[in-house]
Amino acid sequence: MSHSDSHSHSHPHGNHHVHSHSGLIWRVFAFLSLVTVVEVILGILKPHALHLNNFLGTSYLNWIFLILTLVKAYGIAWYFMHLKDEKTWLRRSIVWTTVFLILYLSFYLLYEGGALGEIDHSLTKWQ
Amino acid sequence: MEATVAENHKGKAWDGGGAEPFSASYGKMMMWFFIVSDALTFSGFLGAYGLMRFKFYDTWPIADEVFTHFPFIHGHYPMYYVAFMTFVLIFSSVTMVLAVDAGKQMKQGKVAFYMGLTIIGGLIFLGSQAWEWKHFIGGSYGAVILNDGKVVQFVDESGHQVTLESFSAKTPSERIQHTRSNGIWFMEEGALPPATLEQVINGFEASPNINLRLEKVDPATKHKIIVSKEEAKKYLSNAKSVVKGANLKVNEYGKTLFADFFFFITGFHGFHVFSGILINIIIFINVILGTYQKRGHYEMVEKVGLYWHFVDLVWVFVFTFFYLI
Repeated sequence: MSHSDSHSHSHPHGNHHVHSHSGLIWRVFAFLSLVTVVEVILGILKPHALHLNNFLGTSYLNWIFLILTLVKAYGIAWYFMHLKDEKTWLRRSIVWTTVFLILYLSFYLLYEGGALGEIDHSLTKWQ
Repeated sequence: MEATVAENHKGKAWDGGGAEPFSASYGKMMMWFFIVSDALTFSGFLGAYGLMRFKFYDTWPIADEVFTHFPFIHGHYPMYYVAFMTFVLIFSSVTMVLAVDAGKQMKQGKVAFYMGLTIIGGLIFLGSQAWEWKHFIGGSYGAVILNDGKVVQFVDESGHQVTLESFSAKTPSERIQHTRSNGIWFMEEGALPPATLEQVINGFEASPNINLRLEKVDPATKHKIIVSKEEAKKYLSNAKSVVKGANLKVNEYGKTLFADFFFFITGFHGFHVFSGILINIIIFINVILGTYQKRGHYEMVEKVGLYWHFVDLVWVFVFTFFYLI
């Protein structure tokens, strides 16, 4: 079959002999599901050893949730949104920009939230 | 050299769609621009949510006590329902990426099949979210709001929450719901709580096994603090009103801000899912009509796929921050 559009360049996805990635897709799905199952089990059980402590501002359990979330985000962005197959600098211009701005914003918002919390805590009366 | 420089642009970038910096077409690049800006919008919302959680770090509602319902089953089942919703969305992401994959091989029938499954998955997710909202708005046990805005709840001897109607005094109440047919014809009010404040307070004083629970979380156990009967009476002497359920003004589970952020952020995300379904349907019709087969490539499926995966990506974070952490 020939391309019907008149562009002189050949479209990267117009190739009919691309082999299917469905094996990889199902493996990524299995991995994301597994991570979600682990999150849900930990969320229901909330083991005291992980939940009732404090490490860098929050419990070990919350750090585990946060890291697993980032792992899932990586799986979705790299394989489902196929950032893995994009040109290196296209991927970096997307990922580095977003990650930097989100870290920047979150740092100030959470830092300020902690300060507001101390004020609120000192002003709230519990009889 | 990895950087791609367009050759035929005649001094204009993306002239006629011919040039493709980074080997990404104009449309795909713009979809990524949109996704980056939308990601920052969502981080702004989630960041504001985080700010308020840090501010109210010892009084924030515990998600496991809020989202406990599961269809057709009575009882206390935290997490299961939202886990189901997460699976639906991840699975619809899988069918979407399978549609993109089939498009690269120019298999029209397979693309249509997987796009159809993706749309169904999106609809199931939206329906589930509506169900979740319904139960959050309807509430579970009811609570009392104090004059200073604190929300107090009622528990039995084992520390489990009990409904207001289970212990409130059964004294007759004059109060009936104001509708258009029984009061001022152009005014009405929402459903009344299951018991009046007076019935709740009288019932509480008459039931020795019912205790009062504060919003405040004990840092050692991460459970909300249950106070003695004498202290409870002092709190209840400042009671303002009875509340059942949650909306933008009151929330039986605790801080109203929790409900505000929940409605706003899951609502904004749900609106993304809704528009994603609409765009998916348009592309689905085009796939069936053979538009992309004639065009020679299925890049439109890939672009709408990027948007759909992004919606899934956002849900991963919403799931973590609203239900897990």
